[in-house]
Amino acid sequence: MTEENYISAYQQKKHRKNIFLILTICLLIIIMFMISMGTGFIRLTPIELVRTLFGMGTDKQNIILFDFRLPRIVISILVGMALAVSGSILQGVSRNALADPGILGINSGAGLAVMLFISFFPTTTAAPVFFLPILAFVGAGATAILIYVLAYKRGEGISPTRLLLTGVAVAAGISAAMIVLTLRLSPENYQFVAIWMAGSIWGSNWSFVLALLPWILILLPIAYSKARVLNTFNLGEIPATGLGLAIEKERLILLAIAVGLAGASVSVSGGIGFIGLIAPHLARQLVGAKHQYLLPTAALIGSLLLITADTIGRWILQPSEIPAGIVVAVIGAPYFLYLLARSKT
Amino acid sequence: MSDSVEESIDLKKVYKGSRPIIATVILLGGTIGLLFAIGLSVSFGAADIDFGTVWSAVFQFNPNLTTHQIIQDIRLPRVLGAGLVGACFAVAGSIMQGMTRNPLADSGLLGLNAGAAFMLAICFAFFPGLPYMYIILFSFFGAALGAGIVYGVGSLAKGGLTPMRLVLAGAAVSALLGALSEGVAIYFRIGQDLAFWNAGGVSGTKWEHLKVMSPWIIAAIIGAIMLSKSITLLSLGDEVAIGLGQRTGRIKFFGSVVVLVLAGAAVSVVGAVGFVGLIVPHLTRFLVGSDYRWIVPCSAILGSLLVILADFAARMINPPYETPIGALIALIGVPFFLYLARKGGKEL
Repeated sequence: MTEENYISAYQQKKHRKNIFLILTICLLIIIMFMISMGTGFIRLTPIELVRTLFGMGTDKQNIILFDFRLPRIVISILVGMALAVSGSILQGVSRNALADPGILGINSGAGLAVMLFISFFPTTTAAPVFFLPILAFVGAGATAILIYVLAYKRGEGISPTRLLLTGVAVAAGISAAMIVLTLRLSPENYQFVAIWMAGSIWGSNWSFVLALLPWILILLPIAYSKARVLNTFNLGEIPATGLGLAIEKERLILLAIAVGLAGASVSVSGGIGFIGLIAPHLARQLVGAKHQYLLPTAALIGSLLLITADTIGRWILQPSEIPAGIVVAVIGAPYFLYLLARSKT
Repeated sequence: MSDSVEESIDLKKVYKGSRPIIATVILLGGTIGLLFAIGLSVSFGAADIDFGTVWSAVFQFNPNLTTHQIIQDIRLPRVLGAGLVGACFAVAGSIMQGMTRNPLADSGLLGLNAGAAFMLAICFAFFPGLPYMYIILFSFFGAALGAGIVYGVGSLAKGGLTPMRLVLAGAAVSALLGALSEGVAIYFRIGQDLAFWNAGGVSGTKWEHLKVMSPWIIAAIIGAIMLSKSITLLSLGDEVAIGLGQRTGRIKFFGSVVVLVLAGAAVSVVGAVGFVGLIVPHLTRFLVGSDYRWIVPCSAILGSLLVILADFAARMINPPYETPIGALIALIGVPFFLYLARKGGKEL
């Protein structure tokens, strides 16, 4: 056997292993999906679940499942994917292991835009729902540009650490502005916004799924098609240019994708941080740094994490519900600290 | 020991660079400014009261007059609370910056405030109606918790405690403790109580609070002033301080205790207000030089002034609603932080 054959045999073996891993995660998502459907204030046994799914449930069971739980679960799957891919792209482009749309302040920018809208047009009727992701995208994009400009230093460009620090600061500033805004809201609106900001999957409504879906369907394939570009970014900027990459242009496109995904998810789910941090890391440990595998794996892990967090939030302190964002932060922040303690720079 | 102190070139530079005249001016002018700000803040509000009435309400209190009651029961404790809190955050910040030689040290950024706020949420949830005397102890403990985690994580890292790593660890710990507090608040339905208070507001300050917190704060500030000479030495670096015969471990321990008491006491009144401890010491250092014997008292005065004015602005911006001071100060603090982070450039 020639050396080339060895390599391709090795690659095939790795490919098979990665596909197997991805399928396993899919299976876990399905299991979690079933558990999540049955969990909540009113429990549904597996038999009741199956009966309801096939249209043989009582009216009450139908409403619980189809109007409340299913849209919520679907949203957490989509949002988990979007945030995880957004985080993977940000980590890839900035070559910074601690990048995440939440930590970089992009989520808070999207949140501010959405909140401005809610405070001026309090009722969320059908039309604005489709408008919210666009609004959030604008807010997230503006914030991303602001952070980029503030972190840029002539002669040195963008250092990863300064980018993070700037993001943390901008996020603090935006959340201060949001607090000022919330206090001008009426008490009912306030309660709503507070829970939304904490990262509750509040779009328990199919129209939110429809509002989010086009973004995911368009942006995720584009992100996947850029997997090779992201791989080249991993090598560092100078080799990437050497390989004929139009760095600035590609970076801009990738950042726009990341911002779009983060903005769209914030508009339906509020501020959920850390998914974009954890999912890519776990994925990298499972399938390695090649983005052809990394992106789908991270997306699936993101979904799995968010469904799990949402289910835990619904179940742990019954009858109260803890927003998924809080559950994620309780798991994610220690993970961030762990990565920070391990990091060398 | 004083001989060796005189010999140190670094220290001489510090003393030469310090500006005692400006510092004295700040102390005197600041005190007058404080009195003026207190008067201003007491007389303006939902109902404007003229200075004469304020004067007589303070010195010839007549319990039958509504205006006198407003001043005595609501406005005066509030303003004094704001002043104390400002002094606390500013002194805590200056000690942290001097001790750790970290230009970005601030009790808000490094997780102390979030820790104290978390313990207060626990208090509200599990021991409703606990007297303030005990609440403040919880708050100290919480500040220690937050600081402990941040410094623990920071020092576990291979490269040691860099300012940037501390700030990131602080952000993560604040996110974690904030999430936990929010969970507690949602479950026990104390969200509204906690939300305003977390955003920072001195509006609920009562004489009872002032009575409990003042001894702690005064003791801590006196402690800070006593430590200030050693802090100056520490700010030149551990080696220099040890070389000059300082017991750095002991100073750091007492310094930390002072910081925890100050941050804890302040948070227990006003909530997690950040950036006061960042802005004020930098401003003071710029004005009076790097001798902490001047920085500490001047920071206290300027911190008081800043928070009293911020509280005043918070009431006047959108009456009758109150804008949270925490948010207002953050709006000044964030650009300042960004400026420092940029300037720090390479060492960060």
